[in-house]
Amino acid sequence: MDILIALIKIAVVLLAMLLTAAYLVYAERRISAFIQNRIGPNRVGPFGLLQPIADVVKLVLKEDIVPALANRKIHDLAPVISIGIALVTFAVVPFGDRIVLFGREIKLQIADVNVGVLYILALTSLGVYGITLSGWSSNNKYSLLGGLRSAAQMISYELSMGLSIIGVVMIAGSLELDSIVQAQYGWKWNVLLQPLGFITFVVAAFAETNRLPFDLPEAEPELVGGYHTEYSGLKFGLFFLAEYTNVVTSSALITTLYLGGWQIPYLQTAGLSPTWMALLQVGAFISKVIVVMLFFVVVRWTIPRFRYDQLMNLGWKVMLPLAIANVLVTGVVILLT
Amino acid sequence: MKKSNGQPEIVHTEDLSFFQKLYIPEIFKGLRITLSQIFKPKFTRQYPEERWEPTEAFRGRPVLVHEDSVERCVACGLCSRVCPALAIEVQASETDLSKERYPVKFEINMLRCIFCGFCEEVCPEEAIVMSKEFELTFTSQEEAIFGKDKLLIHANQLRDRLEYLRAMR
Repeated sequence: MDILIALIKIAVVLLAMLLTAAYLVYAERRISAFIQNRIGPNRVGPFGLLQPIADVVKLVLKEDIVPALANRKIHDLAPVISIGIALVTFAVVPFGDRIVLFGREIKLQIADVNVGVLYILALTSLGVYGITLSGWSSNNKYSLLGGLRSAAQMISYELSMGLSIIGVVMIAGSLELDSIVQAQYGWKWNVLLQPLGFITFVVAAFAETNRLPFDLPEAEPELVGGYHTEYSGLKFGLFFLAEYTNVVTSSALITTLYLGGWQIPYLQTAGLSPTWMALLQVGAFISKVIVVMLFFVVVRWTIPRFRYDQLMNLGWKVMLPLAIANVLVTGVVILLT
Repeated sequence: MKKSNGQPEIVHTEDLSFFQKLYIPEIFKGLRITLSQIFKPKFTRQYPEERWEPTEAFRGRPVLVHEDSVERCVACGLCSRVCPALAIEVQASETDLSKERYPVKFEINMLRCIFCGFCEEVCPEEAIVMSKEFELTFTSQEEAIFGKDKLLIHANQLRDRLEYLRAMR
């Protein structure tokens, strides 16, 4: 029975993630169009809402081209790693409080690992493999450079990401994501308690997902397409989807760790029934994730790209000291209170 | 920021204020501009539903002018000779009308036509003019060779182009 519940949760979350990633692509095209005083895709279905489906069908039907001297097995493996990691990271994110269905208490989280934060950090480190392997296996100078640059960028920003999370963990006293969300009751959202950590984490999240302003590894003018130049058809579709799924996952993590997850301040005083409260909390989680995702989208079309040396400079000489300072200050404050 | 002569001001990193160097406040300033653009009017034309109407000076595809089913063309061959793309072919023959000559075969290969308007400029009879049509599609090369049937258009439908030519030449 427990396995069945877990499978149902997995199915629901997987479907939701894939749909969200696909419609995030649509939302990005529409919003970027509005920012540029034009309308985005509006022909395929009402308001262009079936555009992601048309895109997926197109990518599936395209020819799968692999360069002649490319390492075929790794070339096939790399997008699978990318999208696999992007989806699996969501397993520990709690998207609601406990609900009671048919006499069983179900946690709205696929896997309540008691070292949830460690799991996330480990998976972000694994995510580097997808990009590096694709750059290497394409047998193409530009892909290789793109892959290496991206790997270096992701590794550099993982450090400040980890240190920012330590600040959150120190406040919550546990590595379990559920406890971290529970500790953010009332107005104790971590964004207010850890503003510097929030900024470093968000910047690191932008760098980890290879989004502008940190998207030099896939910048067209510089690198033709970076690590995904030699990919076509479904494999390219997987990389593309993996990038947007990473955005969704990062938004979910930012919401969980800093914006209070599914918490609505002082909802208990409203005196609603538990199922209503649970629904409202899931709705709150979804709204917060959407707001953060839209922030990711709008920032892409606002800020110019960082040059590679500026990027590495920022990661090592600015973000890392700030994150360390954050941990120090948090420690001192906790000691004194 | 622009100087009074319209050229942008060069800002060196040493000249930035502390808040500008932090960069995060600058991001919010940029976001304000970007987000405000979302609510401004869009300039996209929804193509097949909204079309753009060309002016009378526009050079669309060449057409033969006819009045009461008689083409004005006297098959002199000047348009054929002046066409830079060699797209026009004319075959003359006799007729009992007062103009004495008429084209028994008049073909323009629209795949060669470059819409330059030289044929219209050189015609002594105002018999061939550039219309306003430019949305042409074909599914074979044979279909693209327009004969008299596709080229003859009544003078009433070409009035603004004919008036424009009289006024401008």
